Amino acid sequence: MFDESDNVRKINTINRRLFIITAAKILVFFGLTSRLFSLQVNQNNKYLTLSDKNRIRESKLHPVRGEFRDYFGNVIAGNNEVYQLHIVPEQVEDFRYITLRLKNILNLSEREFQKIHKKRKKIKAWETIVVSDNLTWEQFSKVNNYLHELIGVKTVLSISRIYPFNENYTHVLGYVSQANEKDIVDNKNIKEKFVPGIRVGKTGLEKTFENVLLGENDIQRFEVNAYGRKISQLNYQKGSKGQDLNLTIDTEIQKLCTELLKDKAGSICVMDIFSGEIIAMQSSPSFDPNLFLFGINQDDWQLIRNNPMKPLLNKTINGRYSPGSTIKPIVALSALENEVINPEFTVHCKGHKHPLELYGQTYHCWKKEGHGFVNLREGMKQSCDTYFYEISRRLGVDRLSETAKKFGLGEKVFGGLFENEKKGLVPNTMWKKNALGQSWVLGETIITGIGQGFIQTTPIQLCLMTAQIANGGYKIYPKIVLNNDQQYLDKYKPLFKNSKNIKLIQSAMFSSTNEVRGTSYKSRIDDPKYQFAGKTGTAQVKRITEKDRELDLKTFEIPYEERDHALYVAFGPYKNPRYATSIIIEHGGSGGTTAAPIAKKLFKLIVDRHKLRQSVKEKKYLDI
Amino acid sequence: MSFNNFSHELTLFQKIKNYDFILLFCILILGITSIFTMYSTDGGEVLFHTKSHFIKFSIFFPMMIVLSFINIKYWHAGSYLFYVLILGLLVWVALYGVTASGSKRWINLYFLNLQPSELMKIAVILCLAKFFHRIRTTSTNSFTSISVSLTIIIIPSILVITQPDLGTAILISFSGLIILWFSGLRIKYFIYSFLIFITSLPFIISFLKPYQKLRILTFINPERDPLGSGYQIIQSKIAVGSGGLTGKGFLKGTQSYLDFLPEKHTDFIFTLFSEEFGFVGSILLLLLYSIIIYRIIRAGLISRSFFSRLFCFGFSFAIFLYVATNISMVLGLLPTVGSPLPIMSYGGSSLLATMIGFSIVLSASINHRQNIS
Repeated sequence: MFDESDNVRKINTINRRLFIITAAKILVFFGLTSRLFSLQVNQNNKYLTLSDKNRIRESKLHPVRGEFRDYFGNVIAGNNEVYQLHIVPEQVEDFRYITLRLKNILNLSEREFQKIHKKRKKIKAWETIVVSDNLTWEQFSKVNNYLHELIGVKTVLSISRIYPFNENYTHVLGYVSQANEKDIVDNKNIKEKFVPGIRVGKTGLEKTFENVLLGENDIQRFEVNAYGRKISQLNYQKGSKGQDLNLTIDTEIQKLCTELLKDKAGSICVMDIFSGEIIAMQSSPSFDPNLFLFGINQDDWQLIRNNPMKPLLNKTINGRYSPGSTIKPIVALSALENEVINPEFTVHCKGHKHPLELYGQTYHCWKKEGHGFVNLREGMKQSCDTYFYEISRRLGVDRLSETAKKFGLGEKVFGGLFENEKKGLVPNTMWKKNALGQSWVLGETIITGIGQGFIQTTPIQLCLMTAQIANGGYKIYPKIVLNNDQQYLDKYKPLFKNSKNIKLIQSAMFSSTNEVRGTSYKSRIDDPKYQFAGKTGTAQVKRITEKDRELDLKTFEIPYEERDHALYVAFGPYKNPRYATSIIIEHGGSGGTTAAPIAKKLFKLIVDRHKLRQSVKEKKYLDI
Repeated sequence: MSFNNFSHELTLFQKIKNYDFILLFCILILGITSIFTMYSTDGGEVLFHTKSHFIKFSIFFPMMIVLSFINIKYWHAGSYLFYVLILGLLVWVALYGVTASGSKRWINLYFLNLQPSELMKIAVILCLAKFFHRIRTTSTNSFTSISVSLTIIIIPSILVITQPDLGTAILISFSGLIILWFSGLRIKYFIYSFLIFITSLPFIISFLKPYQKLRILTFINPERDPLGSGYQIIQSKIAVGSGGLTGKGFLKGTQSYLDFLPEKHTDFIFTLFSEEFGFVGSILLLLLYSIIIYRIIRAGLISRSFFSRLFCFGFSFAIFLYVATNISMVLGLLPTVGSPLPIMSYGGSSLLATMIGFSIVLSASINHRQNIS
């Protein structure tokens, strides 16, 4: 069938073609080898990283927030252990049954019950549902009783913020609450450390010092499979607690302030006149910041939001008020400094029948009968408006504003420390031209002299102003966070041209409180240990018409919103001043009757606490 | 007849003397490796795949040895029958086959789901080897022989394409065409058909199913859809690449053990092996396949009959083709087509077909002096 030559030809063909194919095979295998080499040896690191990225998941845990302490080391914003209730659906046999049991045990509302079921649908079976953030002790013990029947349910110890002094520190510290989208967008640090349910500062110092307070997350590294289920824990990296911050505030005095402001709208602040340390700072009404920790309920929120006394406003630094007569020490000082008057300069105050008349406008003194002939000291003591109309007319608004600004008015006291701190307003001719496009009118100078008109101050500014008068006229920088010391070049720089002028003002303020016919004479303390000097102020909310003047109504006869604000600034003890305070009671009537008595109660405690405070300070220095 | 016709039967001793123990040993090593790899895909436990693969290998390996003692001339005699039988099974599949994941490929035999298309890979080689065994060099390029041999290739290919299983159909056609190549079909025909293929490529692509087009797009750029169609190839490359020089160690391949690898039992088994044993392991596996391929070629070279020669060369090319396409696919060098890695991949029909092929090769080497008229 085959002949020899064809067989040989056939074999030759096959073998030749085998050779070609074998060469091709070797080439392909060589190609595969080099591909393997490139993937496994050259690009090994790249793929190793990708493989780790596949399998390793980091889960961040809640960082422990730094605490706030008062001057004596008492915790005023701390961390509290709370019990949370978790369910892992995968471990539960009958999810509906378990949740129904929990609903009965914990007394959950229908809405909360639905919420759990809604959440169940969103997550994977092995993920955790937090049923309750904060079990009460009663709920906790009840759940623990039944825990052996509730497989898949567990109680977990967690940490939450607590404010042990409730409403006392709300406006200073602010409060923390669950981070929302805006917090995350605004603060990179929060974004980095974000874990669901993380609490961040919403206002006050909690917000300002967010970055130092936050702390570092604990990090758990897990190995996960392709579906995201955790297989094993690889390692646990311990984070660190946020920095603790000490405030300069004395809780006892702060508590007294809260008590004194009870049922009133207003503010008290107390300051060390040498170090600028804020001893107390309270704005009233306040609210309990603990309400916000686990989400405030709608009713409580509406109550706070709609309160006409505005509890959400920190009046001490965000409230703007006409200073009223509390500006008079500055007006007098400015006049003395600019040598417009001398201490013996006298004005005749004739009362309402013969008011000061300028360009058809009349300017009344507050006292109907008039003060007669008054000099500087008498003018300050009795707060004679006519006297100050005259000296401010002679002084002019520009020179007045210069002195006022020097003493800290019209400028943020804490710099950037508090969000929304108000600058207030110290008007002058330039300002009016720029802001309103009108030229200054003499009448406006005259009412500025008694703290009315354009001028606006915050209570903290008035406190600083008083402190700087009390310490002999030296510049200080108020501070509220103890371990946050900044260096200022012009600290303790004299603010006066002649220290005699400061002495004169101090003595005039002393007379106003401690001498007969002084506006706050009734609130004096005779014991030299507690004796203080001050200046009352009554800021009009509404322009007084001729009709009002005729009616001459008592405070309680006027509608609340139209009553005058009562102000009082003071420093003491007079012999050896240490502390300054400013008090404002919104719609409180006159400064002498409402605000000054508060100072009397306050100064006793302030002076009594001085020794204790001093001992802590000395000890602090010893420690170093 | 100018050749001596060794019509006498070899004694058992002669048969054992002629036996290719190196090939046998290599297959055994590969089988054991595959069982251990399967054990790793089951996450270090003896589960379904390990058990099943172990049982199949321990049945098919002795079966291969038994079959290898059948004289090659009987294989020659039964070639057409074998081909027709498998073709019949393919038709059966088309009519009554079991459908799984969208394609109709299996016959339910109660103890095993048989995939005739895998067996067709061998049958087509066998059939064409017999066909060209008889044909003279001069008539190889005749119209009749070309058209008959093409028909032998095209009929099963079309049946398999309609299952649909493009990958297997391509492998069947290539296995057939290589016999045409060895038997001396003019090279220019190959060049022409290659040119025609290239020019008609756009036309062919327009006939592809959407998922097939997607596979080609994904092959060109796997990052196009990293969680969808590109997922397999990306994860596979990560697994191989992260293996490094010496691998992550047996049972320590994180990609597979954490379920990032899809189809790790079947088509992507090389990925797992490569992740756990690294570059060194992969090269050793390639080397093992190279030795097997070499031993098959050697069996052909020493064979006296054209049938043995053509079958061995064709089968060696088929083994090479499966290994090369499978590895290229998992390394991202080819689009994903379903092609198992011989012996390593889980799958009874593929294992059965490969083992039958080996038994014929072993038989050829035992009976290399056998003349077939």
